[in-house]
Amino acid sequence: METAQDITIENKEVKAETSKKLFKGSGSQVLLNGLIEEGVTTIFGYPGGAIMPIYDALYDYADKLQHILVRHEQGGIHAAQGFARASGEVGVVFATSGPGATNLVTGLADAQIDSTPLVCITGQVFAHLLGTDAFQETDVINITTPVTKWNYQVTDAKEIPEVLAKAFYIAKSGRPGPVLIDITKNAQLQIEEFPEYVKCNHIRSYRPKPKVRVEFIEQAAALINTAKKPFILFGQGVVLGKAEEEFKAFINKSGIPAAWTIMGEGAIPTSHPLNVGMLGMHGNYGPNVLTNEADVIIAIGMRFDDRVTGRLDKYAKQAKIVHLDIDPAEIDKNVKADVGVWGDCKETLPLLTNLVNENKHEDWLAKFRDYNQQEIDQVITPELYPEGDEMTMGEVLRNINEICGGNAVIVTDVGQHQMVACRYAKFNNTRSNITSGGLGTMGFGLPAAIGAKYGAPDKTVIAIIGDGGFQMTPQELGTIMQFGAAVKILILNNRFLGMVRQWQQLFHEKRYSFVNITSPDFVALAKSYYIDGQMVNERANLRAALETMINHEGSYLLEVMVGRENNVFPMVPQGCSVSEIRLK
Amino acid sequence: MSTIDHLQNKNAPLVDGKEEYTITVYAENRIGLLNRIAIIFSKRKINIESLNTSPSEIDRIHRFNIVIHEGYEVVRKLARQIEKQIEVLKVYFNTNDEIIWQELALYKVSTDEIAEKVTVERLLRQYGASAVVIRKDYTVFAVTGHKEETDALIKALEPYELIEFVRSARVAIIKDSAGFHEKLKEFEAFEPGEELIENEFLEKGEKIFTM
Repeated sequence: METAQDITIENKEVKAETSKKLFKGSGSQVLLNGLIEEGVTTIFGYPGGAIMPIYDALYDYADKLQHILVRHEQGGIHAAQGFARASGEVGVVFATSGPGATNLVTGLADAQIDSTPLVCITGQVFAHLLGTDAFQETDVINITTPVTKWNYQVTDAKEIPEVLAKAFYIAKSGRPGPVLIDITKNAQLQIEEFPEYVKCNHIRSYRPKPKVRVEFIEQAAALINTAKKPFILFGQGVVLGKAEEEFKAFINKSGIPAAWTIMGEGAIPTSHPLNVGMLGMHGNYGPNVLTNEADVIIAIGMRFDDRVTGRLDKYAKQAKIVHLDIDPAEIDKNVKADVGVWGDCKETLPLLTNLVNENKHEDWLAKFRDYNQQEIDQVITPELYPEGDEMTMGEVLRNINEICGGNAVIVTDVGQHQMVACRYAKFNNTRSNITSGGLGTMGFGLPAAIGAKYGAPDKTVIAIIGDGGFQMTPQELGTIMQFGAAVKILILNNRFLGMVRQWQQLFHEKRYSFVNITSPDFVALAKSYYIDGQMVNERANLRAALETMINHEGSYLLEVMVGRENNVFPMVPQGCSVSEIRLK
Repeated sequence: MSTIDHLQNKNAPLVDGKEEYTITVYAENRIGLLNRIAIIFSKRKINIESLNTSPSEIDRIHRFNIVIHEGYEVVRKLARQIEKQIEVLKVYFNTNDEIIWQELALYKVSTDEIAEKVTVERLLRQYGASAVVIRKDYTVFAVTGHKEETDALIKALEPYELIEFVRSARVAIIKDSAGFHEKLKEFEAFEPGEELIENEFLEKGEKIFTM
C-alpha cells in the first residue's frame, strides 16, 4: 500500500510540472498550433477524405488561420507561391491524398526552379493501408521527390511538431524551396501529449549557406577594381536574400551598370540610373550585346539559365566571371566562374562594397545608352506608341505605368504578354514582379495574383494574362468570387497562342500548327462569377477602361483585344549567341 | 599483387575524357534518400555502374559508394547536387588510383564437372578463390577483388558449366581520408567550418603509401 501511494504522489508531481509544457490533443491540432507558432496566417487549400481530420481541427481555428478555399489544388499552390513571392513569407498549402496531391506537382516544380519557400501538407491514407492501393492512395513522396527541396511522410503524430519545424526551416533558409509533408490519416487523428513547439534552426546534415571566405571577396574586388567594362547581372537571389539595399549600395559605389533576369526585376527600381535593363532572349539590346564585350561580369544571385545565356560556347568568352551565389551547386554549373563567391549576398555584398573603388564608368555606360537609343527607335517607340489601328501589348503596359506610377504588383502568366510585361512594366518596389520564370507555367497568373493580393493586401495587384493562359486556370475566378480578393485581371487577347505562333512564324515557315485558340466571352464568364468587367477593342477606350479597372473597388476583369500577329522583339533566336540578338 | 598496378590503369588514355569515379556519400540513414540520390543521376541520363549502401565508421551515419563512368566536370556537378540534399553530410569523388576497393563475387559450378576437368586446387590458388560450399551436386567459390579479377574467373569457369554468378557492388575506402569523425563535429556545430567549403576535394598529398 505504501509503495502504491508513493507512486501516485510521484505521478501527480510529474503531471503538475509538465502540464505547462505539454499539449494534449490530436496530430491535426498540434499541426495547426505549429503553423501558428511559425507565424502562418493564410492557408490555401482544398479538403478531401484523407485530410479531413486536419480540416475538422481547422474548424476551431477560424479566428487564427484564414483558409482560402481554392477551386483546384494547382490554383492553391500557385496562390501560395504568389503569396510567398509578394510577402517574403512561407506559403502554405493543404491538399488531400491521391489526386489532390498530384495536382500540386506543377506548382512544386515551379516553386523548386524559382526557389519559392512553400510548405505543403498533404493527407495520406491510414498507415496500415500504405501500399495496398487504397482509395486515393498515391506514392506522393516519390512523385514529389525531384520537385521538392525536402519531403517527409509522417505516420506517427509524435513526429509532427519536429517535422513541421524542420519543414519551415528548410523551406525558407539558404536557397529557399518547396517542402512537402505527407501525413497519414491515423497520425492526424492520433491523440498524444505533445511537448512545447520548438522552432528548428539547425540540421546537422544541412548547410543553408556556406561560410563566407574573405579571400574570394578580395579576389573578386581585385578583378572589379581593374575592370574597364564591368557589368553586373543580377537575379532573384538579391530579392530572396532581402539584400536590395546592400545591392544598391554596391552598384552606387562601384558605378557598374546592372541588368536583371526576369526573376530579379524590381530588386532595384526601374528608374535607377545604373539599371540598364533586361537580360535574355527577349531582353534589352544593350545588355545582351554588351555581355560579349564586358571584361568582368559580376553575376549576383542568378543561375545563367539558357534563356539568359543563349548559346553557351559564345557567351561572354572574353570576360572574367565573378559569381556570387548561396548555392554552391550553381557556381560553375553553366558558366565557369573565375572567382566563385559562395555565400548569402546579404553578407557578401557589403564585404565586396567595402573593397571596391568608387567609380563612374561613364564611357562604358554611354555604350548602353547608345544601344538603348537604337532599341527605343526601332522597337520600343513603335511598341509603346503604335501608329496602326491595332493595339499593342506594349501600349497597354505604358498606360498601366502612367496610371500606377510603378507601384503596382504585376503578376504575369507565361508567353508574349509575360515578356512584354517584364520589358515595359515599371517597378519602384521589390517583390512587385511575380512571374513563372524557370518553369514557364501557363495558368500561373490568375491564382498567383490571388495569393499575391493576400501577401500584399495594401497594393494594387494586376494579373496580366494571355487568352491561352487564362483558359488553363479560369476556375479560380470562383475563389475571387467567394473570398473577394481584389485582383485586377487584364487579359491581353491576341486570339493566338502568341509565343508559339511567333516561333512558328520565324522558324517554322509560318506553319501555324494548333496555335489558333478561341476564347469564351471572358467578360460574361467573369460576370457569371459576379466579377465586373469589360472588353476593349479600340484605343480610344483603353485608358478609361484601365482606370476603371484599377480604381474599381473589388476584382475586375478587363479584356483588351491586341494585334493578332504582333511579335516580341528584340529576340535572341535559339542556338544563337546573345550578341546576335535581333531587333526585328 | 602485381595485377593491381595493371588494374589501376594509370596511363590508360581517357575515352571522351571519361573515367571511372567512385563517389562516396556520407548521409543520414533516412527512407527515401536513396531515391533522391538516384534521381540526380537518372535526371541527367547517367547510368550507375554500381551502388552500395552500408553503415560507416560512425553510428547512424550511412555511406553510399556509387561508381559511374563520366568526365571530371560532370562528376563534380553531380557531387554538388548530391551534397545539396538535406540529409547528405558530405560527398567525395575519387578516381581509382585514389581509393582501395573490393568487390565480392560468388560462382556456383557443378562439382562433377569441375572435379573431372580442372583441379579445384589450381583455381583456388590462381584466382585467390575460396570454396564456400562443396556439395555433391555443386560447389560455390568466392573471390574478392577488382572487377577484372572476378571477371577472369568467369572466363576460367566458362568451359565448366558456370551455373550461377553474382557480384556485389564496389566498396571503397579513400586512401587519403582521415575518416569522418572530425567532420561530423563541424556539422554538429551551428557555424559551417572552413573545410566544408572545399567540399569535393580531399587534398591529394604525398601521405599515401602506394602498393
